[in-house]
Amino acid sequence: MTIKTDALPITVRHVTKTYGSVYALNDVSIDVRQGEFLTLLGPSGSGKTTLLMVLAGFTRPNQGSLLFGDEEVIRKPPHLRNLGMVFQNYALFPHMTVSGNVGYPLRLRKIPKNEIEERVAEALQLVQLDGLGDRQINQLSGGQKQRVALARSIVFEPRILLMDEPLSALDKKLRDQMQIELRRLHERLGMTTVYVTHDQREALTMSDRIAVLNNGKIMQLATPQDLYDFPQNKFVADFIGESTFLKVEKSRHSLIAGGVKLKTTQPIHNADKVALLIRPERIHILETKADKNMNVFDAVVSNLVYQGDSFLLYAVLADGTEIAIRGTIQNDNFVRLPKPGEPVRLGLEASDTLVIPDE
Amino acid sequence: MSNAISNLNNINSTDGLNAKGLRQDEWLERLKLFGLGSPALILILVILVIPVGWLFYVSFIGADGSFSLENYERMIASKSYARIFKTTFQVSILTTILCILIGYPLAYFMSQLPSKIANLCLITVLLPFWTSLLVRTYAWLVLLQKKGLVNDWGISLGLWEDPIKFVHNLNGTLIGMVHIMLPFLILPTYGAMKAIDKDYLKAASNLGASPVRSFWTVFFPLTTPGLLAGSLMVFVLCLGFFVTPAVLGGGKVIMVSMKIVSNIELFVNWGAASALGVVLLLITIATLWIASRFLNLNNIAGGGH
Amino acid sequence: MFKWLKNPATETQITHGGRLWLYVISTIIMILLVAPTLIVIPMSFSDSLYLEFPPKVWSLRWYENYFGSYEWMLATRTSLIAAFLTTLVATPVGVIAAYGLHTSRFPFIRLAFVTMIMPMMVPVVLVAIGAFYAFVKLKILYTITGLVLAHTIMAVPLVLIVTGAALKSYDMNQENAARSLGAPRWKAFLTITLPQIRFAVVTSALLSFLTSFDEVVIAMFISGGDNPTLTRNMFNALRDQIDPTIAAISTIMILVTTLMVIFAQIFGREK
Repeated sequence: MTIKTDALPITVRHVTKTYGSVYALNDVSIDVRQGEFLTLLGPSGSGKTTLLMVLAGFTRPNQGSLLFGDEEVIRKPPHLRNLGMVFQNYALFPHMTVSGNVGYPLRLRKIPKNEIEERVAEALQLVQLDGLGDRQINQLSGGQKQRVALARSIVFEPRILLMDEPLSALDKKLRDQMQIELRRLHERLGMTTVYVTHDQREALTMSDRIAVLNNGKIMQLATPQDLYDFPQNKFVADFIGESTFLKVEKSRHSLIAGGVKLKTTQPIHNADKVALLIRPERIHILETKADKNMNVFDAVVSNLVYQGDSFLLYAVLADGTEIAIRGTIQNDNFVRLPKPGEPVRLGLEASDTLVIPDE
Repeated sequence: MSNAISNLNNINSTDGLNAKGLRQDEWLERLKLFGLGSPALILILVILVIPVGWLFYVSFIGADGSFSLENYERMIASKSYARIFKTTFQVSILTTILCILIGYPLAYFMSQLPSKIANLCLITVLLPFWTSLLVRTYAWLVLLQKKGLVNDWGISLGLWEDPIKFVHNLNGTLIGMVHIMLPFLILPTYGAMKAIDKDYLKAASNLGASPVRSFWTVFFPLTTPGLLAGSLMVFVLCLGFFVTPAVLGGGKVIMVSMKIVSNIELFVNWGAASALGVVLLLITIATLWIASRFLNLNNIAGGGH
Repeated sequence: MFKWLKNPATETQITHGGRLWLYVISTIIMILLVAPTLIVIPMSFSDSLYLEFPPKVWSLRWYENYFGSYEWMLATRTSLIAAFLTTLVATPVGVIAAYGLHTSRFPFIRLAFVTMIMPMMVPVVLVAIGAFYAFVKLKILYTITGLVLAHTIMAVPLVLIVTGAALKSYDMNQENAARSLGAPRWKAFLTITLPQIRFAVVTSALLSFLTSFDEVVIAMFISGGDNPTLTRNMFNALRDQIDPTIAAISTIMILVTTLMVIFAQIFGREK
C-alpha cells in the first residue's frame, strides 16, 4: 500500500438540493484543494451531511456540478465514484469478520486473494489493529469498530475520503485520541479528506480549512485561525469560540458601541446592521491607564467565577449588556480582582476590535 | 406523494447545471426500484384484480345476457338469502366474541410468564397455524361426531346418557371456527400486552389501586388496540370462511361463501354467485374501513407475527 | 408447592395462589388448542372403521390404503410439486417487491402495497372463482401452472409483510457502505442485505410452502383432472363419508409441515 496517494481536488459548483420547499443546500459552491483536510462544520440541519451525501452520490441534487479532478461525476452512481467513506455508526458488516469487512472492497475489485490478504494486513496495521483480522464485529469495542471502518475505507487506496461524524459515538477521551490519530493518518496517506462534524473544537483541531454551513449556505470558508480571529459574520463568530456581541450604532463618521466611540484597525464590513464581537480572552481588565489604541468600557462587576487556572468575570455595561472576560490566574491576582458590585474598566485593543455584519 | 413530484418538477424553467440530467436519473432510479414490484403486481392484476372486476360486471348481467339488477333483486327479496346473511353474521360475531373471551385470558397468562416459558406456550398457539386447516377441521369432526371421542368420554364418565349432537350444527361449527381463529386473536393481543410498560401498573398500585382495579383501569385499556386488531381480523376472516362451516355445519349452517360455491358448482349461476361475491366483498371492505377509523391498521402487519 | 402459591407473582403483589384460576384455565385452553390436531395421529393407526381413541387394534391399514391408492398418490404429488414451485416463485417475487417498496421513493407506493396484499384481504372464495374464470380464459385450468400462479398470489402478501418488517428493522446504511465501497445496488443487496434478513426470507419461504400445501378453496376450483390436490380430494372425501384414510393422510400432512418448520429453523438460524 503506497503512502501519499495521488489525491484529487474536488470542485463543487452551484449545488442545490430541495425537499419540498425547504432548501437543504442553496446554490453551494466550494473548492477542496488536492490533499487538503476540509471540515464541513455546522449545526444540525445546516446541510453539511447533505453536502457530504451529494459528494458520495447518495443524495441527488436538483442541480449542480461536481468535479473530482477534471472529471464530472455528478451523475455517477455511488459505486463508481471510487471514494472511501466512513459512516457515523460505522456500518460494519456483522456477518463478516474484521478481515472480511476490510477485504470486501478488494474482493469487489477482483484483486487476487493473496494480494488481498497482504493489503488487509497493511491496512489493519495502519489503524493499529494488527492481528485482529479474525475477530467478529460484535466482539469489538466502539473504538476498534471505528478503526475497522477506517481501514475498510482506505484499503483500496481511494483518492478522496469522506467522513460523516465518525467520532460522535465515542467517549471524550477516546475521541480526543482519535482526532490526533486521524490527523496523523491523513498526513501519512495524503488523500483529500472531507470531514463532517458539529463539534467546533474537533474542527479546529483537525482541519486545514473549515467550511461553516448554516441553512444550506456556506457562511465562511477559512483556516481555523482565520475563522476564530476574523469571523466574517455573526453566525460564524457565534458558532466558533465564545463571544459577546455589542450593538453598534453607525453615525456618519463613527461607530459607537456601549457608549464608546470605537477605534479599530480591522476592516469594517459594509453591512447595514453591524455588531462588535468581543472574545472573552481578548478583553482585559484595566489596572493602569489605557493606551491610545484601546477602546475602554466602564462596567460594573456582576459575577466572578473561579476556574482553577483561569477566571471568568462578568461585567455589565451602562446599556445593560453583560460581557464575559476571561483571564489567567497568576501571582495571586485573583484576590485583587474587583468583586460583584464594584466598578471595573475594560480594555479592548484596536487590533482585536472586530465589527461584523449582524444577521 | 404530490410533494415528491412537485419537488422534482419545481426546479424552474431556468434549469441549473445538469438539472435535466439529474431529474432523469432520479426518475429512472425510482422506476427501476418500483419495477421490482412489477412481477407481483402483474400477477395480482391478472389473477385477482381483473377477474374480480369481471365478476363485478357479471353480477349486473341477467339470465338473458343483458344488463339487469335481477341478481341483486333476488338477493334482497329471497328469504333464504336473508337467512344466509343472518347466519354469516351470527357465526362471525359469536366466533369473535368467544375468541375474545377465551383468547384474552390466555394472552394475559402468557404475557405474565418469563420469556422462555412464554415462548414455549407461544408454540402451542402457533402450532395450529402450521397444521392444515382441513386437518384441524377433520379432527373436530372426528371428536364431535355421535360416536366420537367427546361423546364416548362423556357417556363413560356419566356426564350424559345419549350421544349429544355436537357437530353438523351451529355448535360444532362454532367450536371449529373458534379453534381456528383463536391464534389470530391471541397474537396481536399478546403483542400489545408485552409492550405495556410495567411501570404503569406499579404506579397505579402505588397510588392505591388494588390489583383488580389497576388491571381494569390501566392494563386493559392499554391492550385494546391489540385486542381490537385481533378481533377485526377474526371477524373479517369469519365473514368469508368456507371450509369449517362446510364440513362441521352439516348443511344446516350455510354461510355466504358456501352459497357462492354452490351457485357455481351446482347451478353454474355466475350472475348470482358474482352478486353475492360483490356484496361479501363490499361488506368486508366496509368493515375494514370502519375499523381503520379507530385503529392504525399498520399494526396488524407488524404485531401479528 | 403450597409455599409457592403464597409467592407474589407480580410486582403488584398478586400471589400465585390468587391467580390459580388463570393458570388452570390457560393450561386447559392450551391443551385444547393442541390436542385435537394431535389426536388424529394415534387414531390413524386404529384398525377399526370408526376411528376410536385409544385404538383397540393397532394397524397400518389406512396407510396402506393411502399409499396403495393411485388417486391419493397423484393428489399428493400434485400438492407437493405445487407447494415447492409456489415457494420457488413467491419467495423471490415477494422479497424483491418488498425491497422495491422499501427503497423506492416512487409516488404510488401505498397503492402498490395495498394492491399486493389484496389477496389476503379479499375473501378466498372470490379469489377462487376469479382465478377459475381467468384460468378458463387462459386455458390453464387444472394445470400445475395455474395452481402455482394462484397460490403465489396468496403467498406474496405474507412474504411482503414478513420481509418488509425485517427490512424496516435493518440498517440500510450497510448497503450504502457496500455501495460506497464499489458494489452496485444488486450486489450490495445480495452480499450484504440478504444474508442478514435470511431468517425472514426463510420464514417467507416456509409460509409460502404452507400456504400452498394447505390451501383448499382455490384448489377446489382450479385443480382437478390430472392435477387434483391433496386438499381438494380430502375435502370431497369429507363431504361424503368419514374415511379413516383421511386420518392417515392428516398425520402425514402434519409430519410434512413439521419437517418443513424444522428445516426452516435450521436454515434460518443465526450463525
